[in-house]
Formats: sequence, C-alpha cells, structure tokens
Amino acid sequence: MEVKDIKIKSMKTEDFRDNESLQKYIDELEKGGVGIKVAPLDKVINWGRSYSVWPLTFATSCCGIEFMCVAAARHDFARFGFEVTRNSPRQADVIFVSGTITKKMAPVLRRLYDEMSEPKYVIAVGGCTVSGGPFKSSYHVVEGVDKIIPVDVYVPGCPPRPEAMLYAMMQLQRKIRVESIFKMPKNPEKGSVILSKYNSDGTLVTPESETKQIVEGGAE
Amino acid sequence: MLEVGGILSWIHEALSSACPEWLTLLIEYVLIGVGFLALYALIALILILLERKICAYYQCRLGPMRAGFWGLLQPLADMFKILMKEIIPLLKNDKFLFFTALFLVIMGSLCTFGALEFSKDLIGIDFNVGVFYVLAISSLGVLGILLAGWSSNNKYTMIGAMRAGAQLVSYELSSGLSLLAIVILGGTMQLSGLIEAQSELWFLFQSPFTWIAMVIYLIAGHAETNRGPFDLPEAESELTAGYHIEYSGITFGLFYVGEYVNMFTIAGIGTMVFLGGWQPLHIPGADAFNEIMNMIPTWLWFFAKAFALVMLSLWVRWSFPRLRIDQLLHLEWKILMPISLLNMLLMALWVAYF
Amino acid sequence: MEKTLKMIQSVSSSCTKIEAADVMVSVDKKDLHKVCEALYKDGWDYLINLNAIDNVENIEIVYHISKSADMEKFLVLKTNTTDVENPIIETVSDIWKSANLYEREAYDFFGVRFLNHPDMRRLFLRPDWVGYPLRKNYDNTPNEGIPSKVHDMDACEDVPSITLDRHGEIVENHTNLFGRNEYVVNFGPQHPSTHGVLHLRVSLDGEMIKKIDPNFGYIHRGIEKMMESMTYPQMLYLTERFDYLCGSMNRHALCMCVEKAMGIEIPKRAEYIRTIFDELNRIASHLLGWACMCNDMGSITAFIYGMRDREKIMDIFQETAGGRLMVNYYVIGGVAQDIHPNFVNRVKEFIPYLRKMIKEYHTLFTGNPIARGRMINCGFLKKEDAVALGMSGPNGRASGWHCDVRKIAPYAAYSEVDFKEILHDGGDTIDRYMIRLEEIEESLKIIEQLIDKIPEGDFRAKVPAIVKVPEGEYYQRVENARGDFGVYLKSTGDKSPYRIHFRSPSLVAVSGLDPICKDTKIADLIMIGGSLDYVIPCIDR
Repeated sequence: MEVKDIKIKSMKTEDFRDNESLQKYIDELEKGGVGIKVAPLDKVINWGRSYSVWPLTFATSCCGIEFMCVAAARHDFARFGFEVTRNSPRQADVIFVSGTITKKMAPVLRRLYDEMSEPKYVIAVGGCTVSGGPFKSSYHVVEGVDKIIPVDVYVPGCPPRPEAMLYAMMQLQRKIRVESIFKMPKNPEKGSVILSKYNSDGTLVTPESETKQIVEGGAE
Repeated sequence: MLEVGGILSWIHEALSSACPEWLTLLIEYVLIGVGFLALYALIALILILLERKICAYYQCRLGPMRAGFWGLLQPLADMFKILMKEIIPLLKNDKFLFFTALFLVIMGSLCTFGALEFSKDLIGIDFNVGVFYVLAISSLGVLGILLAGWSSNNKYTMIGAMRAGAQLVSYELSSGLSLLAIVILGGTMQLSGLIEAQSELWFLFQSPFTWIAMVIYLIAGHAETNRGPFDLPEAESELTAGYHIEYSGITFGLFYVGEYVNMFTIAGIGTMVFLGGWQPLHIPGADAFNEIMNMIPTWLWFFAKAFALVMLSLWVRWSFPRLRIDQLLHLEWKILMPISLLNMLLMALWVAYF
Repeated sequence: MEKTLKMIQSVSSSCTKIEAADVMVSVDKKDLHKVCEALYKDGWDYLINLNAIDNVENIEIVYHISKSADMEKFLVLKTNTTDVENPIIETVSDIWKSANLYEREAYDFFGVRFLNHPDMRRLFLRPDWVGYPLRKNYDNTPNEGIPSKVHDMDACEDVPSITLDRHGEIVENHTNLFGRNEYVVNFGPQHPSTHGVLHLRVSLDGEMIKKIDPNFGYIHRGIEKMMESMTYPQMLYLTERFDYLCGSMNRHALCMCVEKAMGIEIPKRAEYIRTIFDELNRIASHLLGWACMCNDMGSITAFIYGMRDREKIMDIFQETAGGRLMVNYYVIGGVAQDIHPNFVNRVKEFIPYLRKMIKEYHTLFTGNPIARGRMINCGFLKKEDAVALGMSGPNGRASGWHCDVRKIAPYAAYSEVDFKEILHDGGDTIDRYMIRLEEIEESLKIIEQLIDKIPEGDFRAKVPAIVKVPEGEYYQRVENARGDFGVYLKSTGDKSPYRIHFRSPSLVAVSGLDPICKDTKIADLIMIGGSLDYVIPCIDR
C-alpha cells in the first residue's frame, strides 16, 4: 500500500515508505566487501525463526487490549505464524512490552526477560514503554523499557493501532532474517546477549559472582 | 497397486537374497525404526498445521498464511525455530528426572504409535495381547508428566502434574473398559486379529453396544491427550502452562509433538477397534459396492478414518470451555465408569445370545 | 438531611454542618468512630469513597456515604488531624468493609495510619518506598533509580497494625500474612488471567483456596499526583488511560464535574452524543469482559468472537473521533468535533448485528452444559456483602442491589430514555455473567431510542480559554461499565486542581475476591475473577 503524503515536521514521507532499510544496508555492506554473508544454513534457520515468533502473553495496561485485538479475528497475527502465545517465558520468543512499566513492575519484567530462552526479542509497544509517554513526569514510571531490557523494535502510539503492531512484527521478521547464528555479534550491547541473574535474595548477580555461583550450584 | 505391504515384502526379498539373515534383520530393524520416527514426525507436523488452520477457521481467522503457500510450511518454520532454541538449565531441580520425564512421555507416545496398523500387513508391534500392550504402554506418559511436574521445582507444575495424575489414571479405566468390550465382541486381543474380524462389517455396525463403547472411548481418549475441555494439566489460563512451564526449546517441543501424536494415536486405535482399521467400508450383500470400496488403498482408508476422528477431537477442543477438576473426576467415576462396566456386561450377553 | 444531622449531633457534639455545601458534615476525629457507627445503624451502609487531602496545616479525610436502600441520599463526612508528622485516625474498616483498602491507600499516599486497622501495609508502592507521594511537600520529579529487587513475593510478609493498649498508649503489632507451612502460590504479577498486573498470593490446600491476598501497585502511575500539576483539558487525556475499557465514561465524569462546578450548560446535542458514546463504550467493555471470562474458562473461540464484534464498535469510534481504544472525544463543554455523517447509519447497522451475535453467544457458551455446570452455584456474593464491600455496578446488581447511577441520579440524556435496570438475585457467577449480556441489550435499546433523535445545534458550548474551577469541593458519579465511578475534585480556584481522586469500582471488586473465593477451587478463582471483570490500571491509577 502506498503511503500518502504525511504532515509531520520531523519525518519525511520517504521514511515512511522505507521498510527494507535493514536489508539494503546489509546489501550495501556486502557490496563493499564487508563479510556479512548470511550462510545458507543461517538462511533456513532465520526463515524458520522469523515465521515462528511466539509471543509471551504479557500486558500491563491499555496496549494489552490492542495486543488482544491483534490476536483476534480482524487483525490475526496468526497469518505470520505468531499466534501460539505462550504463558511460560521459557517457551516464548518475543515479549511485547505493552503498557506502562512502573518501578514496582520493572524488576518483574527484568526477571521475565531473564527467564526467556535465547533467541529472544523485545518489542516496546506504546509511548509508555518507549519513553514513559504521557506518564513521563510521574514519580513511579520507568522512562522507557530500554533502561531495563534491550529493545528490538519500538512502536510509538498511545496506544498504537493494531496495524502498527503488525508492522512492528514484520520489522522484527526482517531483523531476524539478517541474523547470523554461528557468529555472535562482536558488540555485546547490540546483540541480545546480556547475562544477568538474581541471587536468592533478589539482588543482581555481577558477572564475577555469577561464575562462582554456577560452580557452587554444580557442587550441590 | 498402491499398497505399502507389497513394497515392504519386495524390500525383504531383495535384502534376503543379497545378505545373510542376521544382516537382513538388522537392516530391516533400522529401516523400520527410521521409518517410524519419520512417520511420527511427519504426522506431528501435519497435525500441527491442521490444528492451527482448523482452529483459525473456527474462530473466523485465516491461520498461518505467510510461511509457504497458504501457510503450508508453518510447522517446518516452528521446527527449525524450536530446534535452535536454548534449553535453559535450572538451578535447583532434579536434573535426572527432569529429562527422564521427557523421554518417558516421548517413549510412551512412540511405543503406542508403533502398535497402529497403518495399512494391510503394516504393523510395527503386533502380538497376542496387543490391547493390553496399548493400555500398558500408553500409561508411561502419565509417569512422565508426573515426573516432569515434580522435578521442575515449581508450584504450578506441581499442581499441573497432580491434576494430570488424577485425570489420566481415572480416564484410562473407562478407555480400557470400552476397549475390553470390543475384545469380547471380537474374541481376540490381537490388534490385527480385531481388524481381521471386521472384514465383513465394522464393529460399529455389529452391535449397538459398540456405539456406547466408542463414545466412551472417544471421551476418555480425548481426556487422556490432555486437550480441552480436559486440558486441566496445562490449563493455560489457570496454571500458565501446567506441567511443562520450565521446559524450553526442544524439550518443550517434544512435549508439544507428543501431545499431537497422542491425539493421532488415540484416533488411530479408535479407528482400529471401532471403524475397521484399514478395512474398507463393506456392506454385506452389496458385492459391487464392496468391490469399488476395495479399489481404494487400505492405508488411505486408515488415515481417512483416523483424521476424521482427529477432526472430531479438534471440534470439541475448540468449542468447549474447560471442566473443573471435581467435575472431571465426577464425570469419570460416577458416569463413564459405571456405564462402561454395564456396557461390558451387556456386550457379553449380546455375544452369548446373538 | 436535617434528621440525619440531628441524629449525628446527638451522638457527638463536635459535629458541624459545613455551610458551603448542603450535604457536608465535619466531625472531630475523636468522635469519628461513634458517629460512623450511628450512621451505619441509621442505614448508611454504603461507603462510596474515602480519600485524604493534605491541606499542609492539617490532613483531612473525606468519607462519601450513601444508603444502599436509598441511593439518592448522599452524605459527606469530614474529619481532620493537625498532627501532620504522624497522623493517626481511627479506622472505620470494622464498620464498612470497603474502608479496608481505602484506608490502606490513604496510608500509602499520605502516611495516615489508622488505629485498629488490621493491615497497615502499603497498598500500591513498594514497602521500601520512601515518602508519601501525594503529600504536598513530596518531590514529584522522577528519580533515576530503578529497583532491581523483586518485592512482595515472600509469603511470610510482615503485616503491621496499630492499636491502643490498656493505658491508651499506641502500640505497634506485627503479624505474618500467611503461616509458615501454608502452600502459597503467586498468581501474577504476570499471569494470563489476572486481567492486568494484579498479584494474588493464594494460600492453597490442594486445589482448595484458603486465603487470597491481593497486591496492587504494579501499574501505579501516579495519575492523581500528576493531575495536580496539569490544567483541566490536559487531565482529560489521562482519565481514559487508567480504566481504558470505559475511557469515555470516565472522561464523562470529569467533564461533568468541571462543567457543573463552572456552571457550563452543555448543548443538548452534545449530551445525546455523549450518551450514545457512553453506551457504545459500555457495550465494548462488556463484550471484552465476556470474551475474557470465556477465555479464562478455557473457551478461546468465544474470546475471539467477542473481540471480533468489538471491532465493529471500534470502527464507529474511529470514524467519528479518530481513536480506537482511547476515543479522546469528550472535552469540557461538549464533544471535540461533530459526529461523522456516517455515524447514525453505522450505529443503526450495528444494533441488529449485535443482537444476532448475542444469540450466537448464548448458543455457543451460555447454553453449554460445561459452562453452566461451572458457573451455577459457584462464587456466591450476598447482597449484604456486596453493599459492605461497596461492590456496585453489574456485580452488585447480580446480587440484587439496585445501584445503577443512571437510574438513581440520571445524568446526560439518561432521564429521557426508557430502559430497565437489570437485577438478578442469585449473586452467583452465572448471574454476574448473564447481567453483562443483558446489559448489552439494554444499552442497545438506549442507543436505539437516541440515535434518531440527536437534536441539531452546537456540539460544544463556549468555554473560557483557560479553564478555572471555582473554589470548592465537587463530587460527580457516573455509572461506568464496572460500577459506581466517581471523581472527587477539590479546587482552590486555580487552573489545576488542588486534589483529585477517583473512586475505582475495580478496587472493591478485587477486595471481594477473598470472601467470594474462600473454599472454592483454583479454576473457580480464575472464573470468578473473570466474572468480576476488574481492570487493574483503574485500581492502581
């Protein structure tokens, strides 16, 4: 569908039409001789991953209702193979952070993210999760979930329309398709690997004490 | 002809003419094993797609559309994804039992699957107490689920496992009793013998009590596969994911596959004992009609009937709300069990006097 | 009113009527408990709302009380304490059960401790939170620190309470929330059927439920505090965001509150449009409530059907207002823009469609033997309990309590339409289930009567550019899809309110979980939770 001319000061219409920039960027790099070749096996697995992104049923507020609309008959994200919503974070691939994250909820969200198995993706749905949104000036709201967990796709809106969420999913698919499985990204901040664990008393485990704990756990 | 049995005997002859006997047997065993596993996986993939498409149509949706034409490659995508997913090691759980549970579930499912007669002369495990074998081996899965729930060290899985234990043990009774009613009618416990006995007429049409047995078997079998309205051990909205919360990646995938194949196995056994297995539809006396029916390959008959029963199960699954645990046990112990006991008695009288 | 005043004055001499308002009574904090007891005996058994105000020199507690048998009666009781550092006021939670959570909220936000209250934990904020955010001297600026520790998962949590000992000294008592050997399961904060981020700690005996302790605040966004620094038109946008399912109705409440206070007469056309939008919103909310309840009971197909038909309402909304879930349509003085030319036709098409679909729902789900078997005779709520807990709305009406604000104090165009207040007297889950489907049909009737009669004229009254509400206290009730929703507004004549408080019908619904679910099973808890149809962000605000 062609996007009509839009009237937003900070954004050009071309930017709206541009969906494939990630792929183009990769192509450009390849032409320049930078080895981001996606191996055939990678391609197959990426194809599988991109069509089977199972979301965790996670909703804190308004955007959760729109998430339900995406799952329901009219918008139906099952068409992309996303409909197997898992309630257990161990089995989910993507977490739609739909709704405001407050300071009481933040550690819970972090724990949920840590409980998910790799590869895992995060979509920040709605203004609140992108930046705090309408509640930015509140004392109890986290200003953007990217302060807690790494985010793959941001969906602005309050709440975003279901179409926007479908678009976010498609962008996530595009992102998955250029992944390399056998070569981990060199910059750990950009990738989805962030190691963190909680001690039994709930405090964050630093990398040094973590290795220690695993050894202790093994000795048990 | 399109019969598979012919191809198999051709392979057997070709092999035994070229190799000594022990090598022939070895190669055949390996071939059979590989063949069964392939079929097992294939049926799981087909069922996953089938369920997702059918459930979508029940719900006025389209279901998977993008992965391959009309979403046909969707289960493959799921398979690649789940094979490459991380398996999370837990800190404080019983690791040995945690993984044993998984294999018990898959073993139970696979061994029961082996007892199906897919077409004429194509049966993996066939011996004189086949019905007992099916009943016994399919309860391995219960043990697996109980262990899975217990060893995960999680309160939800614990509740799920306890529910599963209570449910599966109870429902095995009435499914067993309804199978025994058929054993009375057929006069043999061998599964292939039971199918032979239906060459003239399916059991369903031989006695009115078969209908009762079949309805009870389908309800109990549906309950044994842990699918809605009997999906209490998983109970998505209550226990989040039930007994397999802590399983991730392919460990969860095996539970997922096992559930689907169990559904097919239950339908397959139902087909064999009530609907004549691979036997074509015969009407005594109408020879021309019977001849036409015989033209259709036997494996097609089997799969058509089995998938028809699977469809029935999906229909129930997607239109009923979930039962509560006391209602579930009430249904079994106070309704289905007495009926199936009575049915067995009536069946015996029927066999004795007609 | 005079009679009640005399009755109160006979109990306590400190009682004075506040001149500015006709239903406000001020009472000394020493006599509070006595007065409340006397009021309760006189039939004032429904505590609508309890909130605190920080007046800098004192802290004021405001009680809104009504009679369940005669809901038009309305009384505002006020008391205050000048001890701002360590305010202590006697509890009324032994008189009105619903005060239990309200008082905890007052403690959480203002630090007011209630004497003899059994459970003085924080309601919303984390136990280690410093300060009381709705105090005027609280620093509202967002601080950077994000806690990393998950709290409130411990079953043996310490429950403080304060009582007077024999000598009249205040002593602090500590008890444990659950026993050491109880099997406590955490439902939530992230659970598919808690309808948001509600955290229930459930003590189980096998499958049987022994005790439920709800824990809120996972979506507490500090809306009330934020609103104190916002102008009135800005505030409107946040009203839709705490109870997103009946956003229009909440917005209606605040609009009406401000309009009444400023004496703005809104045009008839706007009133009609607002009524139609309210009812459409109620239908959408009930449909979603129905769908989610079916989903909780394991029928996913019913869930999808409900959501499918809800989309039609969303279409109507977005054509006129531009928004789907957040309609953002009402403004002070009327509505933001005129209705779309298609609006009337669309609504007229929708009414017969939904009637047909409701029949389908009944065949699909209501008539299902499993569904009936689970809902009938399960989750009883007696009328007296509903009143004591303040559980108004569909849940109260399912227990036979006549509590529809649209009938009791008609607002907008409700006095001009003919509709029935659905009352059931069973009080079990199927009554709560049926009442929602029947209310959808009543709402359709209301819309049908209004849709052809939308008068011509302005859709918006003239409103001053800067909205300033005259000094005073205002309370406005509306019937939203969950019950008696109220806005309490205290203004000092400024362009932003001094204190604003919302009475959430969902909060009382959750407080009813423990009494209703006792000795039922886990599956029933989920189903009853679905039938109570609460929205968590509305509780937490």
